[in-house]
Amino acid sequence: MTADLAERVAAAKAGDRSAFDDLVRATYADAYTLAYRLVGNEEDARDVVQDAYLRAFRGLKSFRGDAAFSTWLYRITANCASTLIGKRARHRHEVIDDDSPLVDTRPEIDPEARSDAASDRDRIAAALDELPASLRAVVVLRDIYDLPHEAIAAELGISEANAKVRLHRARKSLREKLFPLRGEDHAHAV
Amino acid sequence: MRTPSKRNTAIELASDMCLALSDQLATYAEGVDAAPADVRAHIDSCLRCQAEMVQYRRLLRGLHTLRTEVLEPAPGTLTGILAHIEHAGERRAVRSLLQGRRGAYLGGIAVAATAAGAAGALVLAGRARRRALNIAS
Repeated sequence: MTADLAERVAAAKAGDRSAFDDLVRATYADAYTLAYRLVGNEEDARDVVQDAYLRAFRGLKSFRGDAAFSTWLYRITANCASTLIGKRARHRHEVIDDDSPLVDTRPEIDPEARSDAASDRDRIAAALDELPASLRAVVVLRDIYDLPHEAIAAELGISEANAKVRLHRARKSLREKLFPLRGEDHAHAV
Repeated sequence: MRTPSKRNTAIELASDMCLALSDQLATYAEGVDAAPADVRAHIDSCLRCQAEMVQYRRLLRGLHTLRTEVLEPAPGTLTGILAHIEHAGERRAVRSLLQGRRGAYLGGIAVAATAAGAAGALVLAGRARRRALNIAS
């Protein structure tokens, strides 16, 4: 945590409302990016970020400062996104079972069929958007934001073992979709 | 009955091993857990697993680069967040004010009840004393 951010955190904890506003200004784009990666659309991302900062504001006194403020905020954001994803899933009856196919084989959204000139980064970002939300959440939190399995499990309300299983499945799905080995591309083109 | 050739057996074993390792390769590519010696020996001799490891490393590298990418929130996002907190802060202040007033009211009632009780007790004690004096005289 930078010294300036640490000072702002200390002042906000002491009740300085403008210090908390400064913290929001300094971190909201980053929090929004995480929220967008987790929920996959702007409107939900905005709701998640608003909710996350409100929770952070209310719970700031419980922030011990042994982690970076941004990491603490990521965890809150992940938790808010998980709550929203859970609500959406209940409406859409999204179920992840062990036999469900993870690779979307519709040609119109197949990254391989998109521009060959697109960078790995753009293709990865696009493929992430197409993952089921519950798989996307773990791979985003682990492989982009470096949160430990334990924290991911806690914020998503799942067991650590389940978080690891989802991570394997998400990575495998992305790898097969983006960088298929010989034979896999045919298998998924059906 | 034909027995499988050594070469076929080796391929089948490798294939089983590849499938068994498939879920773990990304973890080994991540570099957090070191692969056991037998797994390392298999990967060293299996082009398929080596290729898969390379692709997992490429994927993980690509995912990691997304960390530095910051998306531009829609205009009004910051204002919306600050207004949301402001609104919640006001609600909390009003609630705490009302709770404070409720506390003052309850405190006043308690003090009044105590005072009334004490006054009643004094009156009763006075009457009892007068009655005792009358009986004595």
